[in-house]
Amino acid sequence: MSAPAVAAATGARLVAAEASSLNATLHWSQALLDAEARRVEASPGGPLHAVPVAIKDNIVTTDAPTTCASRILEGYVSPYDATAVTRLRSAGAMIAAKTNMDEFAMGSSTEHSAFGRVQHPLDPSRVPGGSSGGSAALVAAGVVPAALGSETGGSVRQPASFCGVVGVKPSYGRVSRFGLVAFGSSLDCISVFGRTVDDASKVLAAMSGHDPLDRTTLERPAMVPPAPRRDLSGLRIGLPREYFPADLHPGVAAAMERTKTAARELGAELVDVSLPNSPYAVPTYYIVAPAEAAANLARFDGVRYGPRKVGPGGDIRALYQATRGHGFGPEVQRRILVGTYVLSAGYYDAYYGKAQRMRARIAEDFRRVFAGGVDLLLTPTTPTPAFRAGEKTEDPVSMYLADIFVCAISLAGLPALSLPVGRTEGLPVGAQLIAPLLEDERMLAAAAALERVVAAEAEVR
Amino acid sequence: MRWETVIGLEVHVQLRTRTKMFCGCRTTFGDPPNTNVCPTCLGLPGALPMPNAEAIRLAARGAIALGCSVHPTSVFARKNYFYPDLPKGYQISQFDRPLATAGRVAFESPERGRVEVGITRLHLEEDAGKLVHDRFPGKTAIDLNRAGTPLAEIVSEPDLRSPAEARAYLTTLRQILVYAGVSDCSMEQGSLRVDANISIRRPGDPKLGTKAEVKNLNSFANVERALEAERERQVDRAERGERIAQVTLLYDAGTGQVRELRSKEESHDYRYFPDPDLPPLVLASEWIAEQRAGLPELPEARRARLEVAYGLPAYDARVLTSEIALAEYFESVVSAGVEAKTAANWVMGDVMTTFNESGGFPVEAGRLAGLVTLVRDGVVSHQAAKRVYAELAQHPGEEPKGAAERLGLVQVSDQGALTGWVEQVLAAHPAEVARFRGGETKLMGFFVGQVMKRSQGKADPKGVQRVLQEKFG
Repeated sequence: MSAPAVAAATGARLVAAEASSLNATLHWSQALLDAEARRVEASPGGPLHAVPVAIKDNIVTTDAPTTCASRILEGYVSPYDATAVTRLRSAGAMIAAKTNMDEFAMGSSTEHSAFGRVQHPLDPSRVPGGSSGGSAALVAAGVVPAALGSETGGSVRQPASFCGVVGVKPSYGRVSRFGLVAFGSSLDCISVFGRTVDDASKVLAAMSGHDPLDRTTLERPAMVPPAPRRDLSGLRIGLPREYFPADLHPGVAAAMERTKTAARELGAELVDVSLPNSPYAVPTYYIVAPAEAAANLARFDGVRYGPRKVGPGGDIRALYQATRGHGFGPEVQRRILVGTYVLSAGYYDAYYGKAQRMRARIAEDFRRVFAGGVDLLLTPTTPTPAFRAGEKTEDPVSMYLADIFVCAISLAGLPALSLPVGRTEGLPVGAQLIAPLLEDERMLAAAAALERVVAAEAEVR
Repeated sequence: MRWETVIGLEVHVQLRTRTKMFCGCRTTFGDPPNTNVCPTCLGLPGALPMPNAEAIRLAARGAIALGCSVHPTSVFARKNYFYPDLPKGYQISQFDRPLATAGRVAFESPERGRVEVGITRLHLEEDAGKLVHDRFPGKTAIDLNRAGTPLAEIVSEPDLRSPAEARAYLTTLRQILVYAGVSDCSMEQGSLRVDANISIRRPGDPKLGTKAEVKNLNSFANVERALEAERERQVDRAERGERIAQVTLLYDAGTGQVRELRSKEESHDYRYFPDPDLPPLVLASEWIAEQRAGLPELPEARRARLEVAYGLPAYDARVLTSEIALAEYFESVVSAGVEAKTAANWVMGDVMTTFNESGGFPVEAGRLAGLVTLVRDGVVSHQAAKRVYAELAQHPGEEPKGAAERLGLVQVSDQGALTGWVEQVLAAHPAEVARFRGGETKLMGFFVGQVMKRSQGKADPKGVQRVLQEKFG
């Protein structure tokens, strides 16, 4: 199909998605899609030629607003493009839409968007996961073959699991963060949703590689999409027992059993391992990420850009209070307060300092297991399938625990992905593969082998 | 002395780079507002900092020049506070792991002779922007050209014992940093700023008193004045038995008074933490050694060398090394063949006056040497040479001999002309002639002066004296 035809078809699917109240997009237009098609036609031949890719709305682009689904950035248009966007375009991709998300990527259900919640494509009463719920829903609904999300603590793997698509978080430092609106800078990774492992790999490879504009990118050449393995022979796959608790949702447990069987049949050796500090990952994450977020979100002060509210008294303090009080939603405010608190004089060591020490121990667990001869780890991505909208919004901690199996990997900076491995009561279940640092390709190749044999859309018993 | 004064200084110097600390924007002073800005220094969403290698090099150089240990690993940290001139809502600085620590600076104290001040630390940071209050009536404008400018903050130990000593230390610190090429240290352009901490205690008391911090000090003279005012205020309170509170004060150069900031304005908890956008700054020991080896001769070493190598008095050596440019110029004049003390006198006199006015040396060392030779050979008098110098400063191409001739300042040593002037003077002052003959020989100077005057400075004074002696002989 020619690029203009792809643009027209994508536009038609976006219109249909809007009509179905998915609420997955924040900004898109047929005119922009057509412009992308013309640009791509003028320089054909990239590895992603004419592939429409949706972009989470916390990745800046010059031709559409970037709001992070927040009132505080309503109407904001960036004067520069994110490195990831520039690289996707040079690979021939077409930017299709900016997608809805939890405000500033803070949430696990995409209910915390200032512009309304995103619906699960298979069940409107359920959430698609989050924070990259809009991107996950668009790929799951077949609107685009791939989309960018961002991960700070599982924000791509968790919605990928809920929506039944592939979600890949690369090693920290393999994709430039330049142009990704910062949340927790030491954790943030631009990540990818794809219908297939191969789609996701190609998009990831096109974005990857050192960027002089981001000092935390690794001095490594760009990734090459790995050739899929025929089988898993010779691979030792660890099953960390902390990730298979007794109260795991039975449908998830059953799907994991089926995945383990498939892996064995492909020739993998499965071994029991332990990551004893992983149970502390969620509390650790909820100190580190808010601390960094409190500083990262300080720039949204109404002084230079974004809507400004003038408060009573009319002084600068009142301007800050009114602008930030109106501009940030309750979850963002909660995390800014937590982050400010844990860095305060007198509390720093008890919270932030201790969390950093725990983070180091969590990462050390993974290093030890991988150094002990394990090639990959296999776990469920989430403890349950997609939950109902409103189920966890009144109880932040229960929402945070939706990320219990994904947080530790983010703290350790490792590559991980979620692969759809079955359905329970009609809802997708994802399995998580985790690799050592910079072994993204090993993980993707193994996932492609599993993908061929697991019946991702079949109900498990 | 009933009270001992204890002072420590925090000095911010702008590093001499072409571009900012974390982006490629220019650091030019005085450009139109908000023209040297980009997503990074504006704090736009998604932008990230990229450290400036030259700024790191200059800061390391400065640290070495101040005798500090430069650490192989230091860490950038975020200092969090809200202010409209601070685009990101935090300043990237260094906190618990600074670039360098434990240095010392020796200087001449006006009261205690040679004194060493400990340098606690030198760290890298970025500057904030500037609030402009007088541009739009009733409104405050923000100029972010300066936001992100690279700074080194240099913190001294509380080793200074008087306001005058604080000033002398600053003068030496500035000299060292300018010599090392680290900073221009221009207070007018804001490339050197000082905050001072001052307290008092009983002599011999090992404990420090409660300190006051004085900010907004825009010249070395004002540092001294503000500290004098604050010392007086503290002593006054202490003498009356009142408690001294920890305060932050602003100096008002207009009134010469310090004013207390409202405590609300300073109740900051900066919540420092390592900046996750910047990996730790790791410097190889070979690189640090290279910076050390690349340092030019520093003021103290040069002072000592000028004394020894040229046999100059200590005073001359100190004046000549006060500015690196003066010292360079002096040595060029000497290499052009002028005797050292003569060269020193010229440089400390007319040359320094021109330098202080214009900041430069309009008469190149070679031309000055030519002029000095004319004096030595008796072609022009010393007085006339000063006029020739002024002329040379105005006419860059002109040679000393030509200028002296054009101005009619070439000395006349012709016996006949000198005798003529002498005879005229003796005829005009019969009373003085009589007194001289009566034994008042000190009148010789008077006669020489009169002849010089009559000859409009052109007469060769030595020749004049000879003719006079003949006449009286």
